[in-house]
Amino acid sequence: MSLSYLVAVLAAGIVAGTPLLYAALGEVIAERSGVMNLGVEGMMLIGAVVGFSVGTTTCNQWLGLGAAMLVCGAVSLIHAVISIGFRGNQVASGLALTIFGTGLSAYLGRKLVGMPPTAIFKEVKIPGLSEIPVVGRIFFQQDMMVYLSIVLVVAFWFVFYKTKAGLLIRAAGENPSAVDALGHNIFFIRYACIVIGGMLAGAGGAYLSLAYSPSWVENMSAGRGWIAVALVIFAVWDPARVLLGAWLFGLITSMGLHLQALGVMIPSNFLQMLPYVFTFVVLVVTTRETKKRRSGTPAALGIPYSREDR
Amino acid sequence: MLLNLGGWQIKKTDKKSPLKTVVISLISICLGLLFSGILISLTGSSPMSLYKEIIRSSVGSAYGFSETLVEMIPLALCSLGVSVAFRMKLWNIGAEGQFYMGAFGATFFAITFPNLPIYVLLPLMFLGGAICGGLWALIPAVPKAFWNVNETISSLLLNYISFSWIAYLVFGPWKDPKGKNFPLTVQFSKGATIPSIGNTRVTYTIFFVFLLAIVLFLLFKYSKWGYEIRVNGASRNAASYAGMSYIKNVLTVMFISGAISGVAGMAEVSGVLHRMQQSLSPGYGYTAIIITLLARLNPLSILIVSFVMGALTAGGFGLQTIGFPASIVSMFQGAILFFVLAGEIFDNYQIVRKETTQK
Repeated sequence: MSLSYLVAVLAAGIVAGTPLLYAALGEVIAERSGVMNLGVEGMMLIGAVVGFSVGTTTCNQWLGLGAAMLVCGAVSLIHAVISIGFRGNQVASGLALTIFGTGLSAYLGRKLVGMPPTAIFKEVKIPGLSEIPVVGRIFFQQDMMVYLSIVLVVAFWFVFYKTKAGLLIRAAGENPSAVDALGHNIFFIRYACIVIGGMLAGAGGAYLSLAYSPSWVENMSAGRGWIAVALVIFAVWDPARVLLGAWLFGLITSMGLHLQALGVMIPSNFLQMLPYVFTFVVLVVTTRETKKRRSGTPAALGIPYSREDR
Repeated sequence: MLLNLGGWQIKKTDKKSPLKTVVISLISICLGLLFSGILISLTGSSPMSLYKEIIRSSVGSAYGFSETLVEMIPLALCSLGVSVAFRMKLWNIGAEGQFYMGAFGATFFAITFPNLPIYVLLPLMFLGGAICGGLWALIPAVPKAFWNVNETISSLLLNYISFSWIAYLVFGPWKDPKGKNFPLTVQFSKGATIPSIGNTRVTYTIFFVFLLAIVLFLLFKYSKWGYEIRVNGASRNAASYAGMSYIKNVLTVMFISGAISGVAGMAEVSGVLHRMQQSLSPGYGYTAIIITLLARLNPLSILIVSFVMGALTAGGFGLQTIGFPASIVSMFQGAILFFVLAGEIFDNYQIVRKETTQK
């Protein structure tokens, strides 16, 4: 395997990891505030179909991305109302969102199947930096959404650990009654975090249909939403580790695809299993590690907050 | 007292009445359909024509009714499987994959020993389906039991692995050599086929479904095992103080849960499809989760809700004839579940007329 081929595989790995990165960052902020959202898969599908539909009709990929984020933010409100307002079961409500999103996206996309895209996120070479051998090709010849995702990781890290807002979000997931006692609105914090999470899942979905494989196919996220949820556990709710994890998973996907192209004698179906098998193993290993260190999981994750039970 | 609404107030209550549950479920189904209908009309289609087609192709004719029963069988079996795990608060959402692996186990016997007599081959396929489905559910159960690894995500991830495994078999080693290169296995022999009732497509499996629901109902309600999984689900600590093994219960409960979904897969390939193909289910394993929650984990209620969801699934296939994807019914199902979950708050609260006026 030549160096240029290896570099191409690595660059493709970042592209494959980017939808996971957006979705997982969204899940990080929701879970940090104390609410688990298993609806990521459904929201990614809605984001993919809305992004493709709006992007193709307006011939503008940015409008597609914006529409996908808006719609998914709105859809995630359903989960927020059930899990915060009605204090319903978060696991079940997230599942309902995934099932709902599968159906809604299939319905909305029924006339988009097979339609060619008119607007996609194209590679943008960063002047100077893209000329660096190897590194330039891998990191600085990507599309705008890849660059934005890296900026987003830095912004997340900054907000979480350097601002008061970030402290409040983390406190909402660790000790909501303390946040409430200090006079902050715990419900507002959680609603806002879920909606931001939904918007980012929508961005991840839009990346699939506007950059990764520009088209609309029913169920095109193929379990990536679930991988994103597992990634959050792997990353111990840390934005920087989410980036690392997402790229690692992307690399495994792109390796599978490239091995096929090289004509390796492994049936393609087994290569398709790779990301899921890997996620499963990683989930088991990291859960054991996190348990040993007794840290990571937000203490109030999944527990609805109720003032009367305080 | 929590909230004043004129002459009414919302109070906390421990009372649970079956009537209230049924009423809330029915209202949820109506609201879910209404909500989806509004979404559909917002995007420029007529929801009434969709509803009409769903009814026409499900309960609107004798054929539609029998098709509803055909769909009800896998739905009810998967739901019964899911309910076993949910009783212990184990979120096994991998019924879809367990269904596929059950189909795999059954198909192995069906195409390896096609000439065995039916009374030997069908029981072998039943065992093959149950064991493969059960073992598949054990894969997420073991890490859950020993290291408390989130079974929701792990059981779901396994679904995608099982889809690829089945695809590998029907495109590769199990492809029918005379099948014009279609990804299908050979058609099952008579001995590998569960017979149908009369000239419908409904198989005798339906009696097994009713029997299993009753057995599970009795086990949940009256057996020591049913009690044990309930206590384990409520509090792991309480259970271990009482000398009940958490690990043993997680493993058995998940195995049984997966085995029942595996039997559903066996019944589908043997009774309905008569061969294995790449796509075996329109999402029975996912719909089963909704059914189980709607039925509040009660095996007898599962039979009723499975019938309703069976009608919706059969109706979904009817929608394809007027140009809609069959998976649109997932939207209805998801919306129904939203309202069920929101409605659960009424389990703990009730609206009563104000008893005393306050000054």
